[in-house]
Amino acid sequence: MSNISKWVIVLLLATVPLWVTNQYQLHILIMMGIFTIGAMSLNLLLGYTGQLSLGHVAFFGIGAYTTSLVSLGFDLKLTEDYTFVFAPKPAWFGVICAIVVAGLCGWFVGKLSFRVRGAYFVIVTISFAEVIRLVALNWVDLTEGPMALNNIPSLAFTIPWADSAALSRRIANYYLVLAVAVISSIIIQRLVQSRIGRTMVALRENEALAKSVGVDVTRSLVLAAVVSAAIAGAAGALYAHYVRIVDPDVFLFIYTVTMVIMVIAGGKGTLAGPLVGGVIFGILPELMRGHMLPEVQWIAYGAIMILIVFFLPEGIVPAVQRWWAGFQRSRQSKMNPHSRANKASPREAAQ
Amino acid sequence: MDQLLQHLLNALILGSTYALLGIGLTFIFGIMRVVNFAHGEFYTFGAYMVYLFSVTLGVNFLLAIVIAIVLGILLGAVVEWLLLSKHRGADIDTTMLIMIGAWIIMQNAEQLLWSGVAKSIPMPFPEDPLTVGSVSVAWARLFVFVMATLLIIGAQMLIQRTRLGKAMRATFQDTATASLMGININMIYLATFALGSGLAAAAGALLGPIFIVIPTMGNLAVIKAFAIVILGGLGNMKGAALGGFVLALVEEFGAGYVSSGYRDAMGFLLIILVLMVKPTGLFARTERIG
Repeated sequence: MSNISKWVIVLLLATVPLWVTNQYQLHILIMMGIFTIGAMSLNLLLGYTGQLSLGHVAFFGIGAYTTSLVSLGFDLKLTEDYTFVFAPKPAWFGVICAIVVAGLCGWFVGKLSFRVRGAYFVIVTISFAEVIRLVALNWVDLTEGPMALNNIPSLAFTIPWADSAALSRRIANYYLVLAVAVISSIIIQRLVQSRIGRTMVALRENEALAKSVGVDVTRSLVLAAVVSAAIAGAAGALYAHYVRIVDPDVFLFIYTVTMVIMVIAGGKGTLAGPLVGGVIFGILPELMRGHMLPEVQWIAYGAIMILIVFFLPEGIVPAVQRWWAGFQRSRQSKMNPHSRANKASPREAAQ
Repeated sequence: MDQLLQHLLNALILGSTYALLGIGLTFIFGIMRVVNFAHGEFYTFGAYMVYLFSVTLGVNFLLAIVIAIVLGILLGAVVEWLLLSKHRGADIDTTMLIMIGAWIIMQNAEQLLWSGVAKSIPMPFPEDPLTVGSVSVAWARLFVFVMATLLIIGAQMLIQRTRLGKAMRATFQDTATASLMGININMIYLATFALGSGLAAAAGALLGPIFIVIPTMGNLAVIKAFAIVILGGLGNMKGAALGGFVLALVEEFGAGYVSSGYRDAMGFLLIILVLMVKPTGLFARTERIG
């Protein structure tokens, strides 16, 4: 897709609040956007480096908790007579802290877990997420545990044309999510099209070969993990300031699964894949909600996941691209049998 | 001292069921290279089958456990045939995603059929615990320990002493050569998955009546099973059995002496630690089965 058409899509998305004024629909779009950002960040690891991280929700949750704690303030009893008091800071500062802390955690987990591959890597990442969830659940002094952190300040700015404060808040959050999504996708695009991005793909395809030509495997993997975690942390921070309540359930494994489904269904290792997957699996549950019980909805989710692995193993975007390329070729050869030779690459023309 | 003994005893009993879970999973991974995320759901399935037969249908408790194990084996065979038999030789991520899908489906089917309300299964054992010296153990737990130990020995015998076990070991060592020797690999895979699932169902059938039965009980079970398998080294059956006991010990002592809130975190910390220090598992020289 060319750069211009990308910006046209962004502009179209920017006009959405002008014609969608239903709060519920805006809410769905915001949540969809937040999880799509999460899926984009996961795609960097899963799609480009080929490492299936099933603990991705940990970074999302760490981002959510960090920004909540920074913007609410907290006090921590370190010893009997000394209590560390952290005064509340502005929400935007919390978001920055969330990104930094999540990125640091990504670095730490990357250093730790990239010593192992395959099934071991998957299990280390899950274990990390579970440990973090149990800490959030049990460290009640800091996180309030299952009582949750409430009344997290909103990040929203006032939208002049909105009728009500509630609508204004949703529209502002919509724009925030859109902005973070655009910035994240630019960062990811730049990264994967750079030299480092190519080393990531190289080690996904053949790690031994990549190593033999001098690719510093651990360095590129850790870098991917840091960027990926930081973006997931930003998504988590947006979530916290939008929903305004954070409890240990943000670490539930099912959220990781949702992000994985978005990436796999859309097409891992493609820039558009997580976006397409995010839109489909962000809206699908809402469409199904009115017609079926939540359990049936989840069963359908699982079935769709299996069907995609069975019939569209590469994902939707590569399948559509291939179909479109084939369609274009057949149309061209029908319209003008000679045009193919002109348009073909030099190698094909030489044959 | 008494407390220490009591913790040791509890760990031994819990460890026996953990070992069952781990052995089933290590079979499946070792032979089929499938990271079976639905393993915890077979565990849950076993518990619900005992509930169904012994509470709802009023079948004898012991018979209900046997039925649950048999049905677990059958369900495992069906799942393998339906979902995995078409993906021989697929990379590990593909089958893992399929099994995650199966996990979601199975868990929500349980939720749909039995609702999220926890069920309890009465056991036909005397209420008064058996007290020896200063430690006491409930009869029900003793029963679980004996059953689990018998099943572990049975599985070990199956692997070491039968033709099927021999074929499974051969397939584990070298699939292509085993196939050339006339072993039907598809049947071995089917049998492996069915057996692994049956062991998970057995663990659920034994632990379900001791704890409570809820649809989400498999979530922790599957991750703990992974922890056990990693402790023992993937594909190592004796390692998995030992790993089950090690995990139970760590959990029991962690909960007893550190903090009970972090009981379930112990296993995960243990995984991370083991993988950092000795990624092939504590008890493995190399990956092997048997």
